[in-house]
Amino acid sequence: MAEAGEMQKKEAETPETGERTRACRIYSPQVDIIERQEEIVVIADMPGVDEKSVDITLEKNVLTIYGRVDFDTPKEYRTVLSEYGIGDYQRVFTLSDEVDRDKIQATVKNGVLKLVMPKAELAKTRKIPINAEGLAGL
Amino acid sequence: MLWSDPFFDTLRELEGMRRTFRRFDLPSTVDFPATNVWVSDDNAVVTTEIPGIDPNALEISVIKDSLTLRGSRQAEELKEGETYHRRERWSGQFTKSLQLPFAVESGKVEARFSKGVLSIFLPRAEEERPRKISVKSE
Repeated sequence: MAEAGEMQKKEAETPETGERTRACRIYSPQVDIIERQEEIVVIADMPGVDEKSVDITLEKNVLTIYGRVDFDTPKEYRTVLSEYGIGDYQRVFTLSDEVDRDKIQATVKNGVLKLVMPKAELAKTRKIPINAEGLAGL
Repeated sequence: MLWSDPFFDTLRELEGMRRTFRRFDLPSTVDFPATNVWVSDDNAVVTTEIPGIDPNALEISVIKDSLTLRGSRQAEELKEGETYHRRERWSGQFTKSLQLPFAVESGKVEARFSKGVLSIFLPRAEEERPRKISVKSE
């Protein structure tokens, strides 16, 4: 877990081929990923983003989170301190477990995205009994 | 790229270098949370990104020209059978003090918390406002 004192916004590493048309920086949101028995939960800090400006796509097993931040520098003001940059967010994950894509739920509250992805039936952990005596007939 | 051209190759290399160095634009260590401050002749605006906190538990105090922010965020509690795959988001308490370029009318300070971004509007103290002195000609 990161202590509050040492947190810093990290710029996303975008591949050189994927240049964007919107001229602004892209940051990589900090995430927590929690695995539960039935689902995987992704929580991402994306300040400046609300439910209308976030875009989540799942293609095959590649999950892309994109958040758009609209911000206007106040007019007639000049910057005297600038400790953080403002820009969009993007982060891409490759999911190892099969996810039931029809049941994915996403919510955004106070700049925090929460993504609940139920596991597909196949990917749910099944316990395999092991015979102590070895396989019969061997 | 379909063709290779030494001029454009160089440009591309420069672009790559620019991307590498851009990461160092911001100061490397700042007290959490990072803040931006803008001022005009009559007001100051302070913004900070603190997603997911309870705005009612946030403490903002102003004395003359110093502003102090105090708040905290709890980490997600795990139940049995749940595991963290990643844990990057900050948690814990923070206190941050800032010195503004002028004293502030503390009774008129307004704060707004939206999409995880806190904006504080601080009007300059009446007695500190610049006064225009007209020169009379004899």
